Amino acid sequence: MIALQSLLTLSAVLFVIGVCGFITRRNVLIMFMSVELMLNAANLAMLAFARHNASMDPQVVAMFVMALAAAEVAVGLAIIVAVFRRRGTVNIDDLRNLKW
Amino acid sequence: MEPLAVQYDILRWIVLSPLLGAVVISLLGRTLPRKLTGTIASAAVGVSFFIGLAAFIKLKGLAGHGHGEQAAFLSDTLYRWLAVGGLSVDVAFAFDRLSAVMVLVVAGVSALIHIYSMGYMAHDKSYWRYFAYLNLFVFFMLVLVLADNAVVMFVGWEGVGLCSYLLIGFWFEDPEKAYAGKKAFIVNRIGDFGFLLGIILIFWTLGTVNFNEIAGQAPAVLVAGGSLATLICLLLFLGATGKSAQIPLYVWLPDAMAGPTPVSALIHAATMVTAGVYMIVRLNVLYLLAPAAMCVVAVVGAATAIYAASIGLVQNDIKKVLAYSTVSQLGYMFLAVGVGAFSAGIFHLMTHAFFKALLFLGSGSVIHAMSGKQDIREMGGLKKKMPVTYWTFLFATLAIAGIPPFAGFFSKDEILWKAFSSPQGHWGLWLIGFAAAGMTAFYMFRLVFLTFHGQCRADEKTKSHLHESPYLMTVPLMVLGVLSVIGGFVGIPEILGGGNGFHHWLAPLLGNENGAVQVSAGVQHWPHAVEYTMIALSVAVAVAGIFGAWVFYIKQPEKPKQLAERWPLLHQLVYNKYYIDEIYNVFIVQPIKLTSTFLLWKIFDAGVIDGVVNLTGSSVRGLGRVAARLQNGYAQAYAVTFLIGVLLLIGSFVW
Repeated sequence: MIALQSLLTLSAVLFVIGVCGFITRRNVLIMFMSVELMLNAANLAMLAFARHNASMDPQVVAMFVMALAAAEVAVGLAIIVAVFRRRGTVNIDDLRNLKW
Repeated sequence: MEPLAVQYDILRWIVLSPLLGAVVISLLGRTLPRKLTGTIASAAVGVSFFIGLAAFIKLKGLAGHGHGEQAAFLSDTLYRWLAVGGLSVDVAFAFDRLSAVMVLVVAGVSALIHIYSMGYMAHDKSYWRYFAYLNLFVFFMLVLVLADNAVVMFVGWEGVGLCSYLLIGFWFEDPEKAYAGKKAFIVNRIGDFGFLLGIILIFWTLGTVNFNEIAGQAPAVLVAGGSLATLICLLLFLGATGKSAQIPLYVWLPDAMAGPTPVSALIHAATMVTAGVYMIVRLNVLYLLAPAAMCVVAVVGAATAIYAASIGLVQNDIKKVLAYSTVSQLGYMFLAVGVGAFSAGIFHLMTHAFFKALLFLGSGSVIHAMSGKQDIREMGGLKKKMPVTYWTFLFATLAIAGIPPFAGFFSKDEILWKAFSSPQGHWGLWLIGFAAAGMTAFYMFRLVFLTFHGQCRADEKTKSHLHESPYLMTVPLMVLGVLSVIGGFVGIPEILGGGNGFHHWLAPLLGNENGAVQVSAGVQHWPHAVEYTMIALSVAVAVAGIFGAWVFYIKQPEKPKQLAERWPLLHQLVYNKYYIDEIYNVFIVQPIKLTSTFLLWKIFDAGVIDGVVNLTGSSVRGLGRVAARLQNGYAQAYAVTFLIGVLLLIGSFVW
């Protein structure tokens, strides 16, 4: 039986990695992956609590998050592909056209 | 005992009829034929006059023996205008013995002047605008004299000032005339401010603005001779000096002659400028409670009378002479009310309205014939060419000079006698008035001699144009001429075998006659011989003045020039009106202008007011510029901000 603390620690580590990746990497694709990492870290925390409390509710939330992430990936990747086709770059620093 | 009030519904039409005329003419005047426009205007004022006459007859019928019946008035309330706290103001008109005199004089003289104007203004391009203004003026003037409370009176007071401004600047294409209008308006505003403060102070002390209530309560509430009563009266008098052209605010009236001549006759001689006298008589109870203020009124009146008369001696513009003469005669009226001879003041107001309107209309007739020239040095010998104008002008001149039995003799003599004999009078005041009477006779006959007698000094072109004016103009002259002759008979003093009916007519409304206010100084009884001597003296001085004018301007025409050369400084001083306009300009107008330009405009307005507004704008813009730095377009920078926010939030929970 893995202790709750270990699971939460892993979740936190994954989440921080996701945050760092999102902030530091300039490639939109990598940033996108970092977001996924954060989502999954959150999912892991949910499931850890689900097991600890023997409750189904967090699992439902996790299912929702996965469905959402799938939808998000579909849309997000489509946008990234479209941007790349048009601009020839996926560097976030070059994509500032919506600034006032 | 409270005065009897009788409801009289058609009273409002006295006031509304000229208003209706003004509205109709200003809306339709452009399209109506000229004759019709003038007729509508004259008829509107005529209606006022005849309703006034009907009201007068009704009022006369009310007179019984009790005080309440003698001080009775007809009243007509239109609606409640204001009710704020303790202040309630009705738009209401009261027709008592005093307003009866004023309504008949105002409406009567106005009607004649309207008719005259139809001839005088016949060729003016803004004919309908003229009559619209003129009717509007009559409306406001009648509001002023019929108002039953001080606030409605103030409305009329301001309204006549407005119309005066509009009519002085009637030919506004000429900047000088537009300037004269502005000057009149601004000087009047200074006085009006005092009047308004006076009304506020009356309300503050007595809790009412209704004239009857003021007269009823003032003796009980105000301490006789107290500083409060004096202050109220002085503030009101400031208003009167503005409207009625007394020292120190008389300067606008001579310039007001820039307006059309019938306007000068109506507004700046017969009616509006007498509003100050009327107001003081209307509030005579207050003035009787403030002897110090009455003394100021009398002294200012006497000073103005002689001061303006002295300027009138040397003016060369026919209208300017009459203007200074008006200022001088108004001084007489204030002298009269200042010594407590209220009825004499109103009596002179009435006779003055007749003969001064006539003089102005006569001068208008002369100017008309002279193709617009106003300089009496270019006139002369007009007697043959314009007999009607000459004879009526002569009658009016005899009246103003105070030759019996013309109207002015009785009223002026009454004033001089009261200045000498009444408890508030003084022989010094009499002496000033006496000297001014001599000057009046002199300068008026100077005018007559230079204008109508001797050789015609006009150029050939003007000479060939000379003609008597049309009937529209001469008939009003004749009517006023008759009034100038017989107008004084209503107030023949008892000593000359008359009943002094005018005085008895007004007496029930006067605080010192009906016993509402006890005048402290005892009334002295003078022997008849003194009064006879006084009358003889004032006639003598008038005759002396006339004789002097005859010597100077008929017999030895070179004399005035010699005198002017002998005392060049004095002549220059008087000819330039004692440089009062220049003094005011240097000491009052320029400092105000400088203060306005540099302090109020450049520093306060441009610096403080605009500064605050600009500061608001620029600080918001600066803040925006700072905030805009946050939105730099780097998505990851937003993410960091977001992260910091989340961390702070979590931190605050954990803390």
